[in-house]
Amino acid sequence: MGILGIASLIALPVVVVASYGFQPAGEVWQHLANTVLTDYVSNSLILMAEVAIGTLLLGVSTAWLTTMCRFPGRRIFEWALLLPMAMPAYIIAYTYTGMFDVAGPIQSSLREWLNLQYGEYWFPDIRSLWGAGAMLSLTLYPYVYLLSRAAFLEQSVCVLEVSRSLGNGPWRTFFRVALPLARPAVVAGLSLALMETLADYGTVQYFGIATFTTGIFRTWFGMDDSAAAAQLSTALLVFVFTLVLLERWSRRKMRYHHSGQRHQSLPGFVLQRHQKFGAILICSCTLFFGFLLPAGQLAYWAVKTRYMINADFLQLTLNTISLAAGTALLALLLALLMGYGRRLSPDRFTISAVRVAGMGYAVPGTVIAVGVMLPFAWIDNSVDHWMQMQFGISTGLLLSGTLVALVSAYLVRFLAVSLQTVEAGLGKIKQTIDESARTLGATPGQVLGKIHLPMLKGSLLTAILLVFVDVMKELPATLVLRPFNFNTLAVRAFELASDERLMDSASAALTIVLAGILPVILLSRSIRNSRDKNDTPT
Amino acid sequence: MIPRLELNNVSIAFDSTAVVRQVSLQLPEGDIGSLLGPSGCGKTTLLRAIAGFEQLQQGSIALHGKCVSSEQLMIAPEKRRVGMVFQDFALFPHLSVADNIAFGLNGQSSQQKRARIAELLKLVGLSELSNQHPHQLSGGQQQRVALARAMAPRPEILLLDEPFSALDPELRGQLATEVRLLLKQDGITAILVTHDQTEAFAMADQIGVMHQGALHQWDNSYNLYHHPATTFVADFIGRGTLLTIVVADKNSIDTPFGRLSGKLPPGSEPGGRLQLLLRPDDLHLTTKQDGIRAQIIERLFQGADYLYTLQLDSGDRFHCLAPSHQQHNKGDTVTLKLDIQDLVLFSDDGLAL
Repeated sequence: MGILGIASLIALPVVVVASYGFQPAGEVWQHLANTVLTDYVSNSLILMAEVAIGTLLLGVSTAWLTTMCRFPGRRIFEWALLLPMAMPAYIIAYTYTGMFDVAGPIQSSLREWLNLQYGEYWFPDIRSLWGAGAMLSLTLYPYVYLLSRAAFLEQSVCVLEVSRSLGNGPWRTFFRVALPLARPAVVAGLSLALMETLADYGTVQYFGIATFTTGIFRTWFGMDDSAAAAQLSTALLVFVFTLVLLERWSRRKMRYHHSGQRHQSLPGFVLQRHQKFGAILICSCTLFFGFLLPAGQLAYWAVKTRYMINADFLQLTLNTISLAAGTALLALLLALLMGYGRRLSPDRFTISAVRVAGMGYAVPGTVIAVGVMLPFAWIDNSVDHWMQMQFGISTGLLLSGTLVALVSAYLVRFLAVSLQTVEAGLGKIKQTIDESARTLGATPGQVLGKIHLPMLKGSLLTAILLVFVDVMKELPATLVLRPFNFNTLAVRAFELASDERLMDSASAALTIVLAGILPVILLSRSIRNSRDKNDTPT
Repeated sequence: MIPRLELNNVSIAFDSTAVVRQVSLQLPEGDIGSLLGPSGCGKTTLLRAIAGFEQLQQGSIALHGKCVSSEQLMIAPEKRRVGMVFQDFALFPHLSVADNIAFGLNGQSSQQKRARIAELLKLVGLSELSNQHPHQLSGGQQQRVALARAMAPRPEILLLDEPFSALDPELRGQLATEVRLLLKQDGITAILVTHDQTEAFAMADQIGVMHQGALHQWDNSYNLYHHPATTFVADFIGRGTLLTIVVADKNSIDTPFGRLSGKLPPGSEPGGRLQLLLRPDDLHLTTKQDGIRAQIIERLFQGADYLYTLQLDSGDRFHCLAPSHQQHNKGDTVTLKLDIQDLVLFSDDGLAL
């Protein structure tokens, strides 16, 4: 029962938004359709194409090199290549703009060096559609990297050796055996990256590109037409769910692409000297432009401005941490309730309820904001109206302008993260463990307390940490739903950057990035552990 | 005396698929029983029903005369006082060996607990390992900890679900004998589920052979081999061949070997066609000229014996066990002597007469 309740609360925003999709289109929608809608669609499609090409090139090549080839620094690249995950796209966008803008250090020194004036030379404009594609590719390729690397690691060495023994060189083996085998994983990684692309608001807004997310904001705040905003959201959801289906479908296919049960240590192609150089160049460039350069720039700005040392910044950090920690704990509680409920009674209702609750990660924050705002505002208005009628008291905004709305939106989007972690942890505890405890006289409650919680400690901490960092990074939903005068680090970084105070935004941005590194460390550690366990024969 | 375990007409179904059909059996106190059968025969389901993890569709289960499961009643597993050893041992990975064993010891003083843990550790020979964690133990050691943990609260009955299948084959035989000794020392009533008949023979006093959810025979190992109740039991236990024979008169049958006399079970009508069970040790190779002649089709070296597959002129094939020091080659014709103690005959429906 409780599980069904949680699931329907999670599904509510999407249902609300989707219900507007079936309503007759209003005037504003007509206007939108005639003017900007084609721009939204074409810009979003171009952006997705750019990100697809970028993440595939960066992700697959680095995954193959670090998994299958032996070159100096490989062990470090293995985990370091995940670091760009810590860098939200909007933050990398500010940094690159700051560096490559007309007034930035690169162009200034170019002008000085070549003795040119502005307008006398051509320089690529970073604040453009292709620039946004590059920014998103640099931060989103780790999804492709992570999943294709896992697929390469799982490939049986035998299959590759068979291909070699049949006369295929390493390159042909890669394109004819390894890549086709890894294709479902690569596609799954790609669809995750593209979902993030569609959800992105910070980057495209900052670069002034008209996409669905910026359109929803404009319609909501600029034209004050919630119905049209919801209809735009529905259009965006159609794109998103296509990707969700694609991801589900390729994950199902992954099962059939398992080529071996036992892991052998991978062959490790020993590279020629020039090949080694190439491998190091590819990996280090990806890492440099995706993380080291922007992080270094942020650190430099942060130190230079010393914006970090003031009351405003402390208040921001405190707000962010308490908001993120509260949400993370709440999400963990709900995830435990759902995961455990499903373990105890794995009937069809519970399973589909848990699946619905896990869908939120795909829904862009902007859409969730709209979907939370509409019903909450309606409730507020109704309550206010009723109270005025009955008692002559105006209750004002009870939900929509408060942290309740914000936290609900976070839960919709990030419950999936903690649910996944908790379920993975619970899944590793075999049913016979529960049954052993029961035959030894433990009640189901005691099994949870004495067996599951101690065994799950690691997973629970991971779940808290992942949601914590995701909440810290979240921008669009926070922008819409935060209570008046309540700011977080992400919002302040965005506001400062939008006011062209790039340097001042650095300390807030840097804090977000540093927090984002924590899950990256966790992730690479867990990957290494699972690999080590598979390497040692039992 | 009240039997420690009594199953009365137990049927279990999953979504209208019958998994266990009308099984009845009794196990006296202190005895070790075994449920033996091929995979999918319902033996594990039956064991889990005794533990309280499966609901009965029909019938009842009583422990020490007290009904614990029926169509209406389902006492929770933690209230039944059963001990269970799982196939994968299911040791709690976050607890030490001593804490694993102590898990079921509720409501006792810590002194009593310590004494019981020490006693069990000594019994299973792991006294030095009490502070280790499960992952530090070998498979055989984990198995013994699982056993000690299940025995600790002195359960009414101990249930063992294929407890040796996760171990090396060499270890299995040795452990089965060891475990039997341990259980007998403590006077524990137990039921072992297995698909391996040597394991069942090594452990159990009473063995039940199951097939497609039905219990074919509940008996000791001698009777299972020499007096199988059905053709399935005859085929499953040991090696054997079923030959079609015709009843000649009250005291003899016509077989592919010629006429055999012996005591026929009641119900064999002259002229009726029946099936005769022939075990490989019912035949001997002789050097005498007169006897049954057969050709060697295949032979299998088994150490002390050769197992020969022989064929009569009539085309009937059967097995024969012979000491390995007298060698015969494939294709040779040999002379045989029959030495059947009891004629085991089955009617067309597969039931022994």
